[in-house]
Amino acid sequence: MENEIFIKTFELCEPDKKEILRYMGAKEQSREVLSVINEALLLTRGRLSPRVCYMILPYLENGDFSCFKLSSKKLEENLKGCRQVILFAATVGSELDRLTVKYGKISPLTALALQAIGAERIEALCDAFVYEMKKQYNLRPRFSPGYGDLALESQQTLFDILRPQTKIGLTLNSSLVMSPSKSVTAIIGISDEPCSDKKNCGHCNKKDCEYRREL
Amino acid sequence: MNLREYIKTNTLFLDGGMGTLLQKEGLKPGEHPEGWNITHPDVIIAIHKAYFDNGSNIVNTNTFGANSLKFSKKELERIIEAAVSNAKKAREESANENPKWIALDIGPSGKMLAPYGDFKFEEAVSLFKEIALLGVKYGVDLVFIETMNDSLETKAALLGVKEACDLPVFVSNAYSEDGHLMTGADPLSMIALLEGMGADAIGMNCSFGPKELKPVCEEYLKYASVPVILKPNAGIPKSENGKAVYDVSPEEFADLVAELIKKGVRCAGGCCGTTPDYIKALYNKAKDIPQKPLTDKGLTVVSSYSHGVLFDKMPVLIGERINPTGKKRFKEALRGNDINYILKEGLAQQEKGAHILDVNVGLPEIDEVTVLYNAVFELQSVTDLPLQLDTTNPVAMEKALRIYNGKAMINSVNGKEESMKEIFPLQKKYGGLVVALTLDENGIPEKAEGRVEIARKILKKASEYGIDKKDIIFDPLALTVSSDNSAAKETLKAVKLIKEELGCHTLLGVSNVSFGLPEREIINSNFFTMALSSGLSSAIMNPYSYEMLKAYYSFVALSGMDENCADYIAFTSALPTLSYGDEKEVKKDDKMETETLKGAIVKGLKDKAGKLCCELLGEKEPLKIVNEDIIPALDIVGSGFEKKEVYLPQLLMSAESAKAAFEKIKEASAGEKKGDKSTFVIATVKGDIHDIGKNIVKLLLENYGFNVIDLGKDVPPEVIVNKVLELNAPLCGLSALMTTTVPAMAETVRLLKEKAPWCKTVVGGAVLTEEYAKMIGADKYAKDAMETVRYADFSSNGEF
Repeated sequence: MENEIFIKTFELCEPDKKEILRYMGAKEQSREVLSVINEALLLTRGRLSPRVCYMILPYLENGDFSCFKLSSKKLEENLKGCRQVILFAATVGSELDRLTVKYGKISPLTALALQAIGAERIEALCDAFVYEMKKQYNLRPRFSPGYGDLALESQQTLFDILRPQTKIGLTLNSSLVMSPSKSVTAIIGISDEPCSDKKNCGHCNKKDCEYRREL
Repeated sequence: MNLREYIKTNTLFLDGGMGTLLQKEGLKPGEHPEGWNITHPDVIIAIHKAYFDNGSNIVNTNTFGANSLKFSKKELERIIEAAVSNAKKAREESANENPKWIALDIGPSGKMLAPYGDFKFEEAVSLFKEIALLGVKYGVDLVFIETMNDSLETKAALLGVKEACDLPVFVSNAYSEDGHLMTGADPLSMIALLEGMGADAIGMNCSFGPKELKPVCEEYLKYASVPVILKPNAGIPKSENGKAVYDVSPEEFADLVAELIKKGVRCAGGCCGTTPDYIKALYNKAKDIPQKPLTDKGLTVVSSYSHGVLFDKMPVLIGERINPTGKKRFKEALRGNDINYILKEGLAQQEKGAHILDVNVGLPEIDEVTVLYNAVFELQSVTDLPLQLDTTNPVAMEKALRIYNGKAMINSVNGKEESMKEIFPLQKKYGGLVVALTLDENGIPEKAEGRVEIARKILKKASEYGIDKKDIIFDPLALTVSSDNSAAKETLKAVKLIKEELGCHTLLGVSNVSFGLPEREIINSNFFTMALSSGLSSAIMNPYSYEMLKAYYSFVALSGMDENCADYIAFTSALPTLSYGDEKEVKKDDKMETETLKGAIVKGLKDKAGKLCCELLGEKEPLKIVNEDIIPALDIVGSGFEKKEVYLPQLLMSAESAKAAFEKIKEASAGEKKGDKSTFVIATVKGDIHDIGKNIVKLLLENYGFNVIDLGKDVPPEVIVNKVLELNAPLCGLSALMTTTVPAMAETVRLLKEKAPWCKTVVGGAVLTEEYAKMIGADKYAKDAMETVRYADFSSNGEF
């Protein structure tokens, strides 16, 4: 029975403050900014609940996943040769949104730090999940709605399949915004051969992005 | 057989999983199982029948996701009609002679409610009401709301069902591994909310196996007065050689659930992964376990979205500061619709240790219905304390009670017929703990006995509405001791009598007692101690008052309720900074440059900036401070940011420091006419719930003296345009973060150009570009908050 949706919870590694600074738009570390980050980290302690739900589906080439189809050349390239994919949805939970809304009212600076922490944490969660799955499979880099030419509208399809609303409390609104906001959905190709998965921004055409990583 | 009667003395066996079985029959991922009621009725009937045959008293219709978000009205009705008919056929065909009922199954909408999503509370209520009405039309026996993982949505569902019918309603929530719902509620808060609103049975389903759900189940058994539901999964699905296997066998499942039935669970079945085999095993194991009669736990409790507050031995502190009476700055905030001021007042009281917040926003010249609603909506998005809704306007009370995410305190009812007629029906419908003042048409009795008499009258009336005494807390009214020597004595006596003779909790607004006397806090805090010794359960008080907190912590420690005196010690260690909570030590090397207000702002030292501004106010005109100290400091940092020498976090630190200084200036000049610059309306557009960027823009604009009207996030174009028209605003800023919400921005700009052509539009947000801004006809694309400020400054100087 391949169709079962599995749920995993994670204990995440320590936050990477450099990444948090990068998401805050701070190019250099100052003692003051670091202390803001530390205070914000303290606020999030025990308030994150990193969860993933996922399933493994057959893949038939050309964007055809047997029970649904996606049209995206970039995704097709990414999945070339794969006969199975992992579909997953991940979230760090709604408490972080609560904190961000709260501090949005009293300290936009803390809110900025909180949302940067959220960005760092959800990436850490995706990495932890991928690391876990790699113990069993050779995996291609993960690919999300909105990447390259994969339309954001495909988010709805992933939600229909994965039903993360009841599995991990992740919802989608009518403008395709996810709530809790620090969440990710993605497709990962399962490949027969090992593949490189260096973190990079190579597939993205937005060359002037201020968050772009050096290759 | 009457279900409500049956459940009093019997265990009710529920059904097991549906989805897992349908998958076996060929249901594909992403396919709606509800459609199978029409396309594969035979499969559905067979599953229902198998449950009835194996001992289920109740089966749930196959309508988990049947709602108008997924299906058209016509489809929805056809699905529910078919689903109920399938369940009825199964009941007819089953030879089992146990009593059998059919429950309309209602699952979550799949949407997140506002403010964290875009689904409005009333829309959710209507959605659930529609489903329930169809269920009633086709003849179900009860409604079963299940797998809800958000407290507010659960409330919307129960309210919708209650507004549709009088059928019994079962409500079951899905808990996470941490014992809370996904959005934070713990069992006690859900019990308070659901019992308050009159659910017939409450409990938990899905998530995990019976072993993992045991702790949550035990919490329910400890606190719940209505029957408890337990419907766990067959364990957790594990992948074995590419196959999914649930890790709890039918026998194991039956053993574990039967254990909990012995402890008091009354409605038991299974969820994901369970099959008729599981129900069979459970039924055989548990059918002869006797059920004890149901007993009311008699708990007095209120709740927020996250936790419950019990009125028990520990006195409960209710913060009184959200109240305009006698507060100039607060009144100004209310008139200016400055919700943030109220929020800060709430958060500050929480920090000082309040357990509940009183919310009173009554001013003759404002629209209290809207303001109270907004205040509650916003407060419960930033604080996890339960709220006490304090208004004399029943319309405002009802609107706030509806949206309240939990079981609220209702302030207040009294012994007057009219008051009871107004308040008790609201309390019955929405739940709540009501504050009952011991006064009536003849005023406040002088003697304690007279007040107790009124309390008795109130209790009697309440019981006619089906409201139990546990949901009434009496306020025997503290009167002024300076005008009547025995005033305090009688009040204290009434506290004692109400507790001893009526077995009810009491509450006092203590500060009245000292009216007209010097050094009122001395009297207040000592009266507080005396009242606590007389058995007072709760006080409405000022959490900023040192003396009151001293009385509270001492009382708790001295009466043996403070383990190792830990709370008392923690309280005293915070004492030196208590009245100046914001003070922090300034590090030595910063000393020189931070001794001036300007320096403190540039450095981003918030507390210091506020303090220095206070000092400056003694020497200098407020306007001079703004122009000579604050604005120049902001300019230094702002131009540094533009030159990329200063980064966003530093810019914000300075902006927040400037704001702290401005707040002092505002306090000093409350009531005076301000020389504001132009009005600037800002909003995050419809469909978008990201507002960090918008909040940053707001902060900076306010610092530069603009009158910023923040409409929040997910704001429809019409609302923005109407506000601009109403205020004749010359500037409007719009933010959008997603490509999917940019069309809403384009529509807003278009509508503004049409209806308010004078208004300049500034747009920004992650996905926007200069080019795109031009395309949608915006006047200005601002790449960051500073650019918005520069543009606003430029445009309000009239230089177009």
